[in-house]
Amino acid sequence: MPNKIAVEARNAVKVFGQGDTSHSALNDVSISIKQGEFFTLLGPSGCGKTTLLRLIAGFETPTSGQILLDGADITALPPNKRAVNTVFQSYALFPHLTVAQNVGFGLQMQGRPKAEVKATTAEMLALVKLDAMADRKISQLSGGQQQRVALARALAPKPKVLLLDEPLSALDAKLRKDMQIELKRLQHETGITFIFVTHDQEEALTMSDRIAVMSAGNILQIGAPRDIYVKPANRFVASFIGETNFLPGTTAPGGVRLDCGATVAVDGSFMPGKVTLAVRPEQVRVQGAGTAGAIPAIITNWVYFGTDTHCYLVLSDGSPVVARLQSPAMGEAGLEIGASVGVTFAPGAAQVLKD
Amino acid sequence: MANASFSASRLPGFSTIATIVFVMLYAPIVTLVVYSFNAGKTVTAWEGFSWRWYQQAWTNDIVQDAALRSLTVATCAMLIATTVATLAALGTTRTGPFAGKTLISVMINQPLLVPDIVTAISLLIFVAALKVATGYQGLAYLIVAHAAFCIPFAYLPIKARLESMDLSLENAAADLYASPMQTFRRVTLPLLAPAIIAGGMLAFVISLDDVVITSFVKSGGQDTLPTYMLGQLRRGTEPDVNAISTVLLCLTVLLLSLFFVLTRKRD
Ligand SMILES: Nc1ncnc2c1ncn2[C@@H]1O[C@H](COP(=O)(O)OP(=O)(O)OP(=O)(O)O)[C@@H](O)[C@H]1O
Ligand SMILES: [Mg+2]
Repeated sequence: MPNKIAVEARNAVKVFGQGDTSHSALNDVSISIKQGEFFTLLGPSGCGKTTLLRLIAGFETPTSGQILLDGADITALPPNKRAVNTVFQSYALFPHLTVAQNVGFGLQMQGRPKAEVKATTAEMLALVKLDAMADRKISQLSGGQQQRVALARALAPKPKVLLLDEPLSALDAKLRKDMQIELKRLQHETGITFIFVTHDQEEALTMSDRIAVMSAGNILQIGAPRDIYVKPANRFVASFIGETNFLPGTTAPGGVRLDCGATVAVDGSFMPGKVTLAVRPEQVRVQGAGTAGAIPAIITNWVYFGTDTHCYLVLSDGSPVVARLQSPAMGEAGLEIGASVGVTFAPGAAQVLKD
Repeated sequence: MANASFSASRLPGFSTIATIVFVMLYAPIVTLVVYSFNAGKTVTAWEGFSWRWYQQAWTNDIVQDAALRSLTVATCAMLIATTVATLAALGTTRTGPFAGKTLISVMINQPLLVPDIVTAISLLIFVAALKVATGYQGLAYLIVAHAAFCIPFAYLPIKARLESMDLSLENAAADLYASPMQTFRRVTLPLLAPAIIAGGMLAFVISLDDVVITSFVKSGGQDTLPTYMLGQLRRGTEPDVNAISTVLLCLTVLLLSLFFVLTRKRD
């Protein structure tokens, strides 16, 4: 049953504090996360990602709304009665226990037989490649090793859902890449639903089946990484995920008339009035001045990035535009700072955003 | 560079003041310890090294009796105070916010705020009434009184430890299916143990040293070491009091050193 819902939040609201000092961390959030999915909560600091995770784990109770696990309402259940495990951002490993005792803790608390605890612990340590460290103290491990103990500990009781709160943020770039691959492998091998929190958009795009983009206690858009990248629902999502050019304009017959005077053809229907056009830098093309249908622009700068070159331009109304070009193309065109050129957009690339 | 940063040690008079303070703190104690080994009877003339006063104190039945009573009271008071303090610390750190939480924290520390003599006099009146009412004259009054004023000394280190403890550890235990009781037994208590032992030792030392409250609460013939020594001194300085003091001092220093080892920050 690939499309069964594992976790659901229905109109979840969380308000911290009371009266004048109250602060709403989540406003009416509703999501459905499918079984076996790698689901990511993405958003800037303070947008409520951890709060949503803590509601699902049971460390907080929602001010209103419901949390469902496998269709059953678990809103009132304490954390120890929920088949959900957490990998904490700080790892929260027990310093007075060994690696193996940490990993076996959940199974022991569930009252599993000793032999099973031992066998599963060994299996989990092998899964995260820490068999050799079973009897070490936590303080004798490196950051990356502690991270893997935290993973093994949370996976050992075979939860229905694994919650991961920025588990990679404390690791250096290289280790982070390795752990991203490791996490995907573990999720694939165990088939457990992962709810992953990050504020790194690249990490979200590369790892997730679906992403929920959050801002200030609201979910702005839920979708596959590609959908969110190609069709951002609003300006916040477009600017938070990847780089985007925003061009002000007004609706006109057949498209959008930009403030610089040029008209860009746009698919779909939209409300007439002032709009913003969003175009990804890699969808911008730079051609010779006077090319038919091109928008006149002047090159203000360019920066070489190896395979890519970023070309900074300005339109006649002063709007900045960035084009990401393949480096050879740049050289062949012989473009120089100050040169007058024409800018075109790849077909279907321009998106109309509500402001 | 080191020269650029502020250092208190370069203020004028720093080393003079520091020296004076340390001399004032330790000169009397050093004198006491040295003269406890004096072969002669005075504390003005050194007549050679001797264990004489230690032997005299050790073989004195009254001293033995008082020492035993001191240890009994201190041990019982420590156990009671530490248990109560642990519960109080849990109650003031591991509960949701409730009205009067800060007030309760402050009230637990009452013995630190109210002058000893006031507590002693109020206990004198209260205990006298109890003695008349019940007819019981035993050691329990002393033990309870000691336990009461020892509570804040045990409470403060335990509370400090609970407050600095990462709450996510207890969250993690609950997340891994531990019931609240299991979480306490398997995670909170083992991590709290050093602070509980430290708090207990502090309580023990405080009880062992008390004179004021003991003098007012004890029944006849219930001298502890400090009240016995005070009584001796009223009759004139006997060097065996120096010897007992030195032993108490060593015991206290030992326990307090352990206290600092146990409460030291560790990673
Ligand atoms: N226990 C609390 N009491 C009061 N306010 C809280 C509490 N926990 C969180 N908040 C507030 O709720 C908001 C959301 O917090 P949350 O921890 O969910 O953010 P986040 O998205 O996880 O951020 P980050 O990426 O920095 O971890 C923040 O404004 C925060 O200050
Ligand atoms: Mg967070």
